[in-house]
Amino acid sequence: MNFDLSQDQKLLVDTAAAFAKRESPIARLRSMREDPVGYSRGVWKQMGELGWLGILLPESLGGFGGGFQDAALILEKLGTTLVPEPYVASVILAGSTILALGTDEQRARWLQPLAAGDVTLALAYAERESRFNPAAIATVAQKSGAAYRLSGEKVFVLNGHAADALVVSARTSGSRGDRDGVSAFVLDAKTPGLSVRSIKTMDGHHAAMITLQDVEADASRLLGPAGGAGGALERAVDLGAAAACAEGVGIMQTVLAMTRDYLCTREQFGVKIGTFQALQHRCVDMFIETELARSASMWASIKADDADDVERKTAISAAKVQLATSGKFVTQQAIQLHGGIGVTDEHDVGLYFKRMHVLNTLFGDEEYHLTRFASLPSFRAGIDAIP
Amino acid sequence: MDMSFTPEHLAFRDQVRAWIRSAMPPHIRAKADVDGAFEQGEVMEWHKLLFRKGWIAPHWPKEHGGPGLDATSRFILTEELELAGTPHLSPFGLSMVGPLLMQFGSDAQKKRFLPKILSGEEVWCQGYSEPNAGSDLASLKLRAEDDGKGHFVLNGQKTWTTYAQYADWIFCLARTDPGGRKQEGISFILVDMKTPGVTAKPFLTTGGTPAFSETFFENAVVPHENVVGPLNGGWTVAKALLGHERTVIAAVGQSARQLRRIKRIAADTLSNGKPLLDDPGFRAKIARLEVKFRAVQMANYRALASAQLGHAPGPEASILKIRGSEILQQSLELAMEIMGHDSLAWFNEPGVIPAPEQWVASAFNYTRATTIYGGTNEIQKNVIAKLILSLPSR
Repeated sequence: MNFDLSQDQKLLVDTAAAFAKRESPIARLRSMREDPVGYSRGVWKQMGELGWLGILLPESLGGFGGGFQDAALILEKLGTTLVPEPYVASVILAGSTILALGTDEQRARWLQPLAAGDVTLALAYAERESRFNPAAIATVAQKSGAAYRLSGEKVFVLNGHAADALVVSARTSGSRGDRDGVSAFVLDAKTPGLSVRSIKTMDGHHAAMITLQDVEADASRLLGPAGGAGGALERAVDLGAAAACAEGVGIMQTVLAMTRDYLCTREQFGVKIGTFQALQHRCVDMFIETELARSASMWASIKADDADDVERKTAISAAKVQLATSGKFVTQQAIQLHGGIGVTDEHDVGLYFKRMHVLNTLFGDEEYHLTRFASLPSFRAGIDAIP
Repeated sequence: MDMSFTPEHLAFRDQVRAWIRSAMPPHIRAKADVDGAFEQGEVMEWHKLLFRKGWIAPHWPKEHGGPGLDATSRFILTEELELAGTPHLSPFGLSMVGPLLMQFGSDAQKKRFLPKILSGEEVWCQGYSEPNAGSDLASLKLRAEDDGKGHFVLNGQKTWTTYAQYADWIFCLARTDPGGRKQEGISFILVDMKTPGVTAKPFLTTGGTPAFSETFFENAVVPHENVVGPLNGGWTVAKALLGHERTVIAAVGQSARQLRRIKRIAADTLSNGKPLLDDPGFRAKIARLEVKFRAVQMANYRALASAQLGHAPGPEASILKIRGSEILQQSLELAMEIMGHDSLAWFNEPGVIPAPEQWVASAFNYTRATTIYGGTNEIQKNVIAKLILSLPSR
């Protein structure tokens, strides 16, 4: 058992922290909110040069040969200043799916430019009625000769508005909810029949509502065997959840520090408000919740690459529930302890609060993960051992 | 990062499990199975078995008779003992006065007291709190006056002297100098419970067990040599305890055991012909508690790994007592909720409620103490506010 970071990881963390502070302080997100893309290709390219976009990829693809833990370390730091670049959408969601399912040729075609920072990607898996289950989709891909024709709708596709290519899930067999029969296709953004409507999300980012109307995809677009993408998609969304946990820890740590500083400067009744025990204890509770979420997030990132699905799901669902509990509490109390100024658009604490809500919802909310946690075999393990 | 135990630690865990299975006498096992409150005789019987095995004081250094285990093995040993429901050993000698004697005691004191703490020949209790000195411990009033003939004469009262009725010795904080700041003038004194003028009066806890006691001192004469550390320096001695063995303070083994029990009870309790464990509402409640538990367990692992590598305790260690104690309480609360009407029964003859559940109600009550003893959780929060968050003080 050892939770110390390696020398390489320490360097990664230091670089990411400095990058967030210098290249993308929180004011940058604020200024990008009205930009139609919401992030910059230049900054994306820089991230590629730092090796972050290829962190999960083998060296043969221009990657870093790291694991999810390394990505989580970067994400935590990006969370401290709410860096708006589509890291989760491109690297964690779409990137991991292509890596898991793609042929050498497909990987080279899509992941090499990703690692270099030349493209951004998106994963279109959520639908109006699928809620958080990537297998509960209505989009279909019908075989037509050697090709497929895709029809359906995808909602809230992260980076869907600006991605160069999208990984789209569609059913090729089976019925709604079956993991078997779900396929994944990688499509260029400009593919005929694929229409993208850019929308704004609460956190100042953009996303897309996507309609697929008889979109033709030839066999080179199919990722993995037909109907065999269910497991990889489930895992990709799980990695998204673990990524949300890591980013959430960065947010909690930041608003905790902001709140602590505010308690040490703001005066009322002639004293620093941080002298009041009620507020001290609230701030301690924020600290406790931050440390618990950090602990759960570490567990999730350690198990994210585990070959055992149950181990992975147990840890990630637990961490996502913990994020929901802790993240909500910490960001809510951060606003509360700032008082009225915390509810103004001008103050940064509201930006963190909004992002936390988005993270809590994406990739399965509290209820979804609590239910999943309780239905895994791990939940019943060992109960016969105690009378 | 790696959260698995090494093969050596896993082998040690197997060894501990196997030993517990074979060493636990049947009457102790029967009570452990239902988490019953052990009688003093049973606790000491188990103490002696662990002593003979060499595992009685996992955290003691080898020179004082400890087994020389590393931090992870100590954690494993404690966790496995808790998971198996073995009797809780009295912490007052092994975890409190023992380590303090090692740190502050004279060679003569170490030689006199440590071996008998280990062997269980002498049982200890703690004399810190008083009726008017709880969280504000430094306002304690037990007087120790120098008689000019090499003795202190003690007058006053201690309370929450848990299990004082079984104790041979009590370690006390007493006021040896009434002037100055209230933290000054306190000394750490060892008192033989057989000293004339020392009386222990046990009383019942809400759990129905005689764990609590108050102890009275009426002109009890104690030799100077029983002061540990510098005269009037007792506050420093007492404070040193706060830093000890934080990796086992969250009692994760106990909570893990309670969680399994909750699920087992829920699997056996039928509502409308269906097990409560299959009821979505109850499952969600159990799952929510388990998630909280797992987060604390992981924080505990972090503290442990850090201790194993010889680092100073990080911020995660300070939260373990607060959340660990809360989770243990919540687990008993949930067990009671799942038991429904069965949770109303109170110390009946066998057959009224299922035998394995007969002690849950008692523990549900007694466990309210976990957020109070060892420094209330509110005091713990004051400490975190000051030492970790550096919030301003008045």
